Amino acid sequence: MTAQVRTMSLDRPAPGAPVLAHLVAEAEIGKMPPDDDIPLYAPRREIYPQSVYGRFRNIKWAVLVVTLAIYYLLPFVRWDRGPNAPSQAVLIDFPNRRFYFFFIEIWPQEIYYITGLLILAAIVLFLMNAVAGRVWCGYLCPQTVWTDLFFAIERLVEGDRREHMQRDVRKWTIETYARKGLKHFLWLMVAWWTGGAWVLYFADAPMLVKELAIGQAPFVAYAWIGILTITTYSLAGHMREQVCLYMCPWPRIQAALTDEFALNVTYRYDRGEPRMAVAKAQELRARGEPAGDCTNCKQCVRVCPTGVDIRNGADLGCIQCGLCIDACNAMMTKIGRATGLIAYDTDINIKRRQEGKPGFVKLMRGRTLLYMGLIVVTGAIMVYALAARHDLALAVIHDRNPLAVLLKDGSVRNGYTLRIINKRLQERDFALSIRGPTGTELEIIGTPPRSDGRSVISVGQDQTREIRAVVTHRGLDPLTMAPITFYATDTASGERTAEDDHFHGLETH
Amino acid sequence: MAEEHKEIDALSGTATTGHEWDGLRELNTPLPRWWLWLFYITIVWSIGYWIVYPAWPLLTNSTQGVFGWHTRSAVVDDLDELKRQRGPMMDKLAIASVAEILNDPQLLDFARAQGRVAFADNCAPCHGAGGGGAKGYPNLNDDDWLWGGKLAAIEQTIRHGARSGDKEDHEGNMPAFGRENILKTNEISAAADFVRSLSGLSTEPGADLALGKKVFADNCAVCHGAEGKGNRELGAPNLTDKIWLYGPDKVTIMQGIQNGRGGVMPAWNGRLSESIIKALTVYVYSFGGGEK
Repeated sequence: MTAQVRTMSLDRPAPGAPVLAHLVAEAEIGKMPPDDDIPLYAPRREIYPQSVYGRFRNIKWAVLVVTLAIYYLLPFVRWDRGPNAPSQAVLIDFPNRRFYFFFIEIWPQEIYYITGLLILAAIVLFLMNAVAGRVWCGYLCPQTVWTDLFFAIERLVEGDRREHMQRDVRKWTIETYARKGLKHFLWLMVAWWTGGAWVLYFADAPMLVKELAIGQAPFVAYAWIGILTITTYSLAGHMREQVCLYMCPWPRIQAALTDEFALNVTYRYDRGEPRMAVAKAQELRARGEPAGDCTNCKQCVRVCPTGVDIRNGADLGCIQCGLCIDACNAMMTKIGRATGLIAYDTDINIKRRQEGKPGFVKLMRGRTLLYMGLIVVTGAIMVYALAARHDLALAVIHDRNPLAVLLKDGSVRNGYTLRIINKRLQERDFALSIRGPTGTELEIIGTPPRSDGRSVISVGQDQTREIRAVVTHRGLDPLTMAPITFYATDTASGERTAEDDHFHGLETH
Repeated sequence: MAEEHKEIDALSGTATTGHEWDGLRELNTPLPRWWLWLFYITIVWSIGYWIVYPAWPLLTNSTQGVFGWHTRSAVVDDLDELKRQRGPMMDKLAIASVAEILNDPQLLDFARAQGRVAFADNCAPCHGAGGGGAKGYPNLNDDDWLWGGKLAAIEQTIRHGARSGDKEDHEGNMPAFGRENILKTNEISAAADFVRSLSGLSTEPGADLALGKKVFADNCAVCHGAEGKGNRELGAPNLTDKIWLYGPDKVTIMQGIQNGRGGVMPAWNGRLSESIIKALTVYVYSFGGGEK
């Protein structure tokens, strides 16, 4: 919190908080008051990030285009699963309780695959953090991507930082209102389409688009579009960096995860200090005296989407997006100094350079190797689980009441409810059989055995079928309890699944 | 009072609460305006509920609200909606014969699901949750059927019951041989031993099986048959198998002969719908596969 306040006081104060002026003045002349005197409360300060050009900005544009394209267009990608199965590549089919992802189909009881996916996501995030800090936050997080998009719209309509700020403090004219109105309209359009794309993952996308257009879509679709419109509009348009600073737990967790070898966006104070004007620095250097490269132009602060001054060191508000690197590099090029005054670097390297030793990057270390190992292991387990997924299963439930039934001739009968699960996308016939104590016979209620003595049950494609079965023990030997195994065998392919249960005699109750 | 609270904190520009504790003062940060307005709007909004929904209690009733919504009518609407959803399948169930239901997997699934609920509501109090029966109430999972175990027979029994007073019900009572002074105690005892011997159960030492056989032939064989194999027309149980409706011990058998037996099953025709009776028939049949 104090770091935040200090950061704030270095940039220009918010229009509504002139009381901070004396702090700013003190900070400007290098007389920061001790931490105790800084107010613990700071009102929010509007951030007007300046546009910037450079390598990391280009990477961010590319990531933005790719991730948003995936989000908005993925529901329209088709995937042929044969007749009577949905042809949408990614589909969460709630009414039929199926999740389709390209060649993968998941039933509700297989939701544990999602657990694997989440574990994998967490470890990948750890690895990203160990390599380059919060690059997830800076480039890939939806909050960053959408906020970036909203910033772009804002700059398009209201102008870049200076123009926007000037118009805001001046008396608002009709033009100001018109521009703001247009901005909010465009934001709402993006937000609306964000919600619109969301619902397409839950139904056949082309058909739902048609239904939405003619007002025939289910209410739940409109409701979710409304909810996501509101959340996107408020999160990306209004709350922006506050989500990262106050709402999101990841900054706190990642701050605890980072280490001294992680490449974080770093101001190389060994090069930058003492800050001074370009002309003065040239003069000092000509005399062979030390001079810093930082000209205190504050471009790095002005482009920052979270309002951080990276020159104050590591900051909880920094999302590692690298835009300040782009801004600083442009300035260094302009004044003819080497770029990289701000760069993805480590504190260790700065200290080493100060001692005259070369810097180094250590990507392969215990932590990253461990994470990579865990990613490989988790990924392998998931691939194996998916590859070994059975498309045939049998569930058996023994009757609880009555557990066993006496028949006229003294035989004992047990009742079972069987469920054959056919996950294949075609109808299949299954022969049921048992292996149990000698003298046991299986009977499927309502399905008399065929001429070859087998009871055959057909189960529709991608469906389950519940069957009532009784097993009768004709043996005269008294039986208390014995294991029994049920088999369902695909009559066409011979594929077989087994399920163990028990046969109870009368003595057990 | 209000004037005292106007002290403004120099650093934050916000008013304080006006109190001071050991030199500490507390900011009186106002509620965010958007929040406050939402709060007021929700209060105004709530008035709408009083108008459109039943709200204020009156002496004998309450205000009804202009929407005409009521918790009870809502339940009725929900039930109607459920009936509408199940309608097509229920109609199919009402038209199809029980045999047809058994051969149509989709209809069978539906019938068993409906039957399970109907059985729990109507039949389980006597026959047990899983149809396991109890003393005097037949186990529906076994292969011994008092009134027949084929689909049509089960349906007939469910529709008209046994000794229920229905015109087409199953009739036939076991007389109270002891209470009516038809048989003496020693004859009842001998008959009980003889009945036990029919299914190979042990008899008491010194039991007069010859007397028992005579008593049986004279009094019991009319209904239970000369060999004790029972008679379905009268619901007279087969006495030679391992299944005992009331129990195989001698005391229970003697009680039966002394006081007679005549368990009642109600007739469900008219009380349950056509579809539900068929669903129940199929459900009961599927316990143990009925009778071949």
